[in-house]
Amino acid sequence: MAEFEPWSAARGAAIIAAQAGREGAALPILHALQAEFGHVPKDAVPMIAAALNITRAEMHGIVTFYHDFRDHPPGRHVLRLCRAEACQSLGADALAAHTCARLGVDWHGTTRDGAVTLEPVFCLGLCAVGPAGMLDGRPLGRLDAGRVAAELEAAQWNPT
Amino acid sequence: MEPDVTATVYVPRDAAALALGADAVAAALAKPGITVVRTGSRGLFWLEPMIEVATPAGRIAYGPVTPADVPGLLATGMLDGGGHRLRLGRPEEIPFLARQTRLTFARCGIIDPLSIENFRAHGGMQGLARAREIGPAATIEEVTQSGLRGRGGAGFPTGIKWKTTADAAGARKYIVCNADEGDSGTYADRMLMEGDPFALIEGMAIAGFAVGASKGYVYTRSEYPHAIATFDAALVIARHEGLLGDGFDIEQRVGAGAYVCGEETSLLESLEGKRGQVRAKPPLPAHHGLFDMPTVVNNVISLASVPAIMADGAARYKALGFGRSRGTSPIQLAGNVKHAGLFEAGFGLTLGEIVNDIGGGTRSGRPVRAVQVGGPLGAYFPPALFDTPFDYEAFTARDGLIGHGGVVVFDDTVDMARQARFAMEFCEVESCGKCTPCRIGSVRGQEVIDKILAGTEVDANLALLTDLCHTMKFGSLCALGGFIPYPVMSALTHFPEDFRRPAARAAA
Repeated sequence: MAEFEPWSAARGAAIIAAQAGREGAALPILHALQAEFGHVPKDAVPMIAAALNITRAEMHGIVTFYHDFRDHPPGRHVLRLCRAEACQSLGADALAAHTCARLGVDWHGTTRDGAVTLEPVFCLGLCAVGPAGMLDGRPLGRLDAGRVAAELEAAQWNPT
Repeated sequence: MEPDVTATVYVPRDAAALALGADAVAAALAKPGITVVRTGSRGLFWLEPMIEVATPAGRIAYGPVTPADVPGLLATGMLDGGGHRLRLGRPEEIPFLARQTRLTFARCGIIDPLSIENFRAHGGMQGLARAREIGPAATIEEVTQSGLRGRGGAGFPTGIKWKTTADAAGARKYIVCNADEGDSGTYADRMLMEGDPFALIEGMAIAGFAVGASKGYVYTRSEYPHAIATFDAALVIARHEGLLGDGFDIEQRVGAGAYVCGEETSLLESLEGKRGQVRAKPPLPAHHGLFDMPTVVNNVISLASVPAIMADGAARYKALGFGRSRGTSPIQLAGNVKHAGLFEAGFGLTLGEIVNDIGGGTRSGRPVRAVQVGGPLGAYFPPALFDTPFDYEAFTARDGLIGHGGVVVFDDTVDMARQARFAMEFCEVESCGKCTPCRIGSVRGQEVIDKILAGTEVDANLALLTDLCHTMKFGSLCALGGFIPYPVMSALTHFPEDFRRPAARAAA
């Protein structure tokens, strides 16, 4: 289960300063911010731009280019389901549709109780054990509807 | 029954083994008298979690093991290699492994990936030692002579790339390892970084020595948290052991979910902290690469193959293979295939041998209908093309590619028009946006396929789709837009019936 800190400009500034001296520091900074806050807060973007001596527009362009960086925090658990071809060959599309319906969310959505965020991923390198997924960073193989339900239950998500 | 002597049991920590419960098996084995050693995976994923017991007669494998099997295994004498329904015998004698030629993956699944002693005891460091003995120029010549070509997919001769970088003038030079293994159906980079990270470090150290680079970067995709953690831990050990730090150091950087960053110039932009948009070539990265400095950009497997080439000599490596594809390639069997796993062998096996003899057909038991080779940008081949040898040129001749060696099997339930549409959708999602054929073409491509599937002016729209694919293939800046026509056109060419049944589709 992911626990993230609420945004703090002072903490954000410290994280940025700790990475800003590296070659090509943008991605290390963004990853460090997301690890702390669960997303890249909007207020952090001009701070990074200033630290890297680039424009806010350029920094905005960088943050939004990469699929990983969220603009708001995820739910308490993040379930990623693979949508790529190897998993498709084993029924990933149907599993995804079932999971979306069960959680009542679309891709990138969070259940109303804030428990689970569902994210698509194009390949986890688990192509020999598909359909594959990842729950809070833990790899899951040979998924089916029952297994997803059991994992979500273990993560204490109960549909109401 | 408690064992009265200490036994060693090897349990994989490879992410795919973890996905099947390897951690729980390791926990169930944590008993007095048992030393559990975590290894990479041998790559026989239908048998994972596959555990191995050290016996006087060598290792004996059991699998697939669940935690519930552990008490029974111990009761029947597994620690002495005793009989059990899950007993697989000596792993080297399992046909899937016995048929392989493991050079790059020689240690994977056998050693503790973070034990430098294990690494050395199994031949590690011999390649770097020989490189230092014969000098940079002779090292480049050896790699050139081996015939090694880029395993990322493009197949460019590695030795020539190194020579170009070595000859280029620059204030400093870089070795960049492309570990942004985004192709569906591929997992060799992940397995190697989790199972034998020092092999990659040794390969990069040889490359750095050969071209005169002071710094190496490994750009690993964020979807591989276990590979990232293992490789970072290996870097700390390598520095402590003096394998790094003496004029050459390596740093790992983590990508952020952009498939296009697996393209080398896009990867360099991303490493520089920018949007991962591709650069026009020339200039080549070998002349003007990372931070405009001469840079070698090689795939994980290319670099990790170098130590074995240096240790055993170019001639032995070159003796393996087919046509102009020399040495071994780690073929990754994936998707709906019975024996899904990593199969390292010399080039030249036919696609049919790979899918049917080695892979055992589909996991579902239904007939094979299509095989996508080379990831999302690779062509779909029907069984009629199963005589194609696994070779860069042979696949190109049939409008396909071997790419990074992924082989994804589909059974007869697959809808090839839907796969073609997905290719265009994927291209839209992952396009870096720099060139028009890719950015716009991928959107128009979906629209045209939708019209075809709706039965709207099918012939005219099929002609339009073909024309669009031609434009994307020849007008795109990089392989994303340039190769997306392969899956689309191969689906259209080999499975035309799937594009002409709107009535059935509407009813479905």
